[in-house]
Amino acid sequence: MIQARSLTKTYGDKTVVDGLEFDVRPGVVTGFLGPNGAGKSTTMRMILGLDRPTSGTVTVGGKRYADLPAPLHEVGALLEARSVHTGRSAFNHLLALAKTHAIPTSRVRAVIELVGLTEVARRRAGAFSLGMGQRLGIASALLGDPGTLILDEPVNGLDPDGILWIRHLLRNLAAEGRTVLVSSHLMSEMSLTADHLIVIGKGRLIADLPIAELLSSASRDTVLVRSPQADELQRLLSSSGVTTTSHEAGALEVLGRTAVEIGDLALANGIAIHELTPQRASLEEAFMELTNESVEYHGGLTIAETSVA
Amino acid sequence: MSVTQALPSSAVTPFVPLADPAPVTLRRVLSSEWVKLRSLRSSWITMGLAVAAMVMAGVVGGILTNQDWAHMRPGRRANFDPVGLSLAGLNFSQLAIGVLGVLFISGEYGTGMIRSTLAAAPRRLPVLWAKAILFGLVTLILMEISAFVAFLGGQAALGSHGTTMTAPGALRAIVGSGLYLTVVALLGIGLGFVIRSTAGGIAALFGVLLVLPGILSILPDSWQTNVGPYLPSNAGAALYDLHPDPGTLAPWTGFAVFVGYAVVALVAAAIILERRDA
Repeated sequence: MIQARSLTKTYGDKTVVDGLEFDVRPGVVTGFLGPNGAGKSTTMRMILGLDRPTSGTVTVGGKRYADLPAPLHEVGALLEARSVHTGRSAFNHLLALAKTHAIPTSRVRAVIELVGLTEVARRRAGAFSLGMGQRLGIASALLGDPGTLILDEPVNGLDPDGILWIRHLLRNLAAEGRTVLVSSHLMSEMSLTADHLIVIGKGRLIADLPIAELLSSASRDTVLVRSPQADELQRLLSSSGVTTTSHEAGALEVLGRTAVEIGDLALANGIAIHELTPQRASLEEAFMELTNESVEYHGGLTIAETSVA
Repeated sequence: MSVTQALPSSAVTPFVPLADPAPVTLRRVLSSEWVKLRSLRSSWITMGLAVAAMVMAGVVGGILTNQDWAHMRPGRRANFDPVGLSLAGLNFSQLAIGVLGVLFISGEYGTGMIRSTLAAAPRRLPVLWAKAILFGLVTLILMEISAFVAFLGGQAALGSHGTTMTAPGALRAIVGSGLYLTVVALLGIGLGFVIRSTAGGIAALFGVLLVLPGILSILPDSWQTNVGPYLPSNAGAALYDLHPDPGTLAPWTGFAVFVGYAVVALVAAAIILERRDA
C-alpha cells in the first residue's frame, strides 16, 4: 500500500506536484496516468525518497521510504531515465545492488534469467538497446522480491513481444497480492494493463477510479441517428424526457436510449431511419476529456501558428 | 451501471514478504561499493597508472641520474635529494588518484546510477562513508606499497649515490607519500559528492591542489609567506618533502592541515548528500 497525503513539490515558484492524495492498493495494477510534465516521475521519485516533498508525505506500508530498513525487499522500482552505470555489466550492476541487502548471487542470476538477459549479462550496460535497458531495470526492481513495485513507463522502448511480456508480468505480480504502480502517458497501454487508474494533470489529482468506471463516466454513450424526419423523431424523444442534440440537418445525437429502443420507437411512429449508430467514446477520448485542461504543452497544428523570430 | 469492479482487498491473496530481510548496514554498503569499484575498467586503468607512475618515476629517475652523475654541476650534487627523487612519481599519481576519487561518484551522477544506489541505501550517508573508507583504504594500501617499491627501486638504480631507509626522514617521506595520496583520494571523493559532475569535480580538485599555488606566486610576498604554507598541496607536501622551502609547516602540522581540507570536503559532501534531491 502506497499512501500520498497532501504531497507537494515545488521547484522555485513552479509547483510540480500539488497536494496529491491517493492510495495504491495491493492486488491490482494501478495505472498512474497523466500527460508529459504532469508530475508522475517527480511523484515516483518522492515515493522512493530521491526527491524530498516540499510538504505532505508519501509512505510505503506506513513508512517513509528512507525509514525502511531493507528497502529493496519492500519496494522495487524501475525509474524513468536509465539508472545504471554504462560501464558496468548487467550482472555486476545487479550484484552491487544485491550486496547492500546481502541478497545471494543465485538470486541475481535468477532475475537475469527471468527478464531474459542471461546471454548479455556480462556485457556493458552502455551497449544495451533501450529494450534491454528496460529489462535490466525490471530485473533490479524484482531483485529483492518486493511487495510493492513502482515502474515508470516500463513499456518504453520495448518491442511488441516485450510489451506483451510486461503486461503478463504486471498482472501476475498483482495477482500474487503485490502493490503495482505503473506510470504511463498512454491511455491505450493502461487500458490493457491497469485495473485502477490514478490520473494527474499539472501536478493535481484529476481522477482516482477503477478503469471501467472512467469509461462509463467520462464517455457518455450516445446513438447517432439519421432520418429524413429527424425533427419529428426529436420531438417524440424530447417529450419522453430524452436529451437529443443536432449538429446537422437530418442527424440527431441521442443520449439515454439504446439503438434498439430508438429503432422500435421510430417504427411504431412510422419514421424512416437511414442510420442508427451507437457511439462509444474510447478510453483515449475519455482520458483526453479528463486531462484537456491540464496539458502542460499544447502543440500547434500548423507551422504558421508558431512565429519565426 | 454495473461495470464497476472495485476489488475488495479481502479477495486478494495477501503477499507474503520475506520473513527475515537483511537490513542495509555500512558493512553491506561497503561490499556493494567494492563490487562497483572493481567492476569498472576505468578503476583498474587509473589505479594502474597511479602505481606505475609512482614506481617508474623512482626507478627511471634513479637510472638517469646515475648515468648523468659525472656531468652534474657540483651545486646540484651537493643538494641532491635521493629520497625526493625516488618519490617524485607522487606528482603524477595524485592526478590519477584524484580523478578516480571524483569519478567514483560523478560517474554515478552522470549515468543515473546514483538513483539505483540511493534507492538501495536511502539513508544516503552510508554511501558516502563507504566510498570514502573503501577508496581511501585501497589508495592507502596500493600507494604505501608503491612508495616503498619506488624508494627501494630508486635507490637501487642510484647505486652509490642512493641512500637507505635509515637516512633521516626517509621513512617519513615514504610513508608520508602514501598518506598524502590517501588524503588526495578523500578530497576527490568529497568534491565528487559536492559537485557531482566529472569535469567540474576534477577542475575543482586540481584548482585546489595545483592552481592555487600558481596564483599565489603572483601575489605579494607577504601573502606567500602567510598563506602559502596553508594551501592544501603545500601543507600536505610538508610531510614527504625533506627539503622544504623556508616557512613550510612542520611535517605533521602540515599534514594535519591537509587532512583538515579533506574533512571539510567530506562534511560538505555529507550535508549536501543529505539535503539535496538526488
